[in-house]
Amino acid sequence: MATANNRASLPAYEEKLAWLEAQEVAQPDERRSRRLAVKAWNSLWPKLLAIAIVLAVWELIHLSGWKKLIFPAPGPTLANLWDQLHTAELWHAIATTGERAVIGFALAVVIGGIIGALVSRIAPLRAGVGSLITGLQTLPSIAWFPFAIILFGISTTTILFVIVLGAAPSIANGLIAGVDYTPPLLLRAGKMMGLRRLSLYRYLILPASLPAFVAGLKQGWAFAWRSLVAGELLVIIANQPSLGVLLSTYQDQADMESATSIIIVILILGIIVDMLFGVADRTIRRRWGLTGAV
Amino acid sequence: MVRQGNSITIAGQPPAVEPVTDVTGSVRLASVSKVFGRGGSAVRALDQISLDVPPGEFTCLIGASGCGKSTLLNLAAGLEEPTSGEVSVSGHVALMFQEPALFPWLTAAGNVELALRAQGLGRAERRQRTTGLLDAVRLGGFGGKRPHELSGGMRQRVALARALAQDADVLLMDEPFGALDAMTRDLLHDELDRVCAGRQLTIIFVTHNVREAVRLGDRVVVLSSRPGRVIDEFAVPIEHPRRIDSAPVAELARRITDRLREEMSHGDR
Repeated sequence: MATANNRASLPAYEEKLAWLEAQEVAQPDERRSRRLAVKAWNSLWPKLLAIAIVLAVWELIHLSGWKKLIFPAPGPTLANLWDQLHTAELWHAIATTGERAVIGFALAVVIGGIIGALVSRIAPLRAGVGSLITGLQTLPSIAWFPFAIILFGISTTTILFVIVLGAAPSIANGLIAGVDYTPPLLLRAGKMMGLRRLSLYRYLILPASLPAFVAGLKQGWAFAWRSLVAGELLVIIANQPSLGVLLSTYQDQADMESATSIIIVILILGIIVDMLFGVADRTIRRRWGLTGAV
Repeated sequence: MVRQGNSITIAGQPPAVEPVTDVTGSVRLASVSKVFGRGGSAVRALDQISLDVPPGEFTCLIGASGCGKSTLLNLAAGLEEPTSGEVSVSGHVALMFQEPALFPWLTAAGNVELALRAQGLGRAERRQRTTGLLDAVRLGGFGGKRPHELSGGMRQRVALARALAQDADVLLMDEPFGALDAMTRDLLHDELDRVCAGRQLTIIFVTHNVREAVRLGDRVVVLSSRPGRVIDEFAVPIEHPRRIDSAPVAELARRITDRLREEMSHGDR
């Protein structure tokens, strides 16, 4: 076109506007680090306060004399926990349980991920098994133990089987929800760009589903950890000290302080992993600009 | 690429009438109608629209809401099929929306690069062309930023770079600057002018802002509302560079606005 080549214009004015725009984007650095410290403290103090309140209520129950002979006091229990942390037995148990958690959860991620990917893309499959997955999610996984014990006996496989059945439905549902909520505008943009079938899935739908998938992982982890501890209490394998075995042994010995210590360990491990998912979730949100503060 | 509504094309057989302007980058709509729904609730969005856009022309479509502007673009983009009539577009088509529609999990550069990847370009060439495209929309230093870290105008420039990355012959723009403030929009008009210079790009630009249409277009096509029909056409014989607040732009914009008003008062009766 003849006119096309004349289209250069007003450079100084443009530069100025571009500079103004750049200012909008720039961020002062020192304020950022101070804000981080304030943020850390803001998230820390409520947690410390909560722990203090729990300990205080616990101590009060102890002081009230309720079930005096068997109810453990917080002080001796925490001392017991400290002592146990210096035994190889507890660490061995943590290692065994941790290994099962990692393997079981990894299997659940793979299986739940594959099922979620298939169900989200294949309409008849969704009509057939979509609601079944949600049904499985609400079924307490402990209900699978009788079935699994008959199938696999008293073995690690039984425990892993139940972990997978407990966690995979949440993970699959997370992925399905993510695929469903991929913004239609982004899909149109991707299709116009020439993304088709597999590449559309790989470069657009999967990344778009990531936040919902991580939410599914977080929920799946909660189910996996629950199933695992329940499994270790029910399926006691000889010569494999796990957290569940320790807990049930202390129960048999009516050693409440040691049993309570193990419960605290289980609780803390569960919370730590949940926090890791929380960090992943927040990182994604921050990168995507879904949080209020940058 | 030829799409047909009611008429049937037998595979392998050339269409009965060869479009006259079938050169790369041309867009041709021949008595295209589009009806949504069926029976009593059917809505006729476009009625017998014929439009010829020669290669390299910048055509602005203007009309009140409900004139089927977006439907027209969707037809040209191949996202929808006409109910009757024929749409023929030669060459690659890229589409830009009112929202930038950037992928939030990718950086600005990543968004541009994905369009290149979709065309099957290798890594080295993608890198090189991404840098060039970001420079072209003057976002050279911002490739590593994520969309939410950019201002609205910058996001729309990334979207423009991504559209250009598709190496399209035809660029369809659906009110791309409609959500921006006047100053940013003004800047982007200049940007678009500069980017188009030196590229053989056919552009169909939908807007409801008459001055914007006159500022940018070689031709302004006025559409009626419900159903959408072409009611008038204005050539824009104003020299580049243009300014949106210059007298010739304002004068032509006034004439077009009068024509639109006239049409709308007809519709009210």
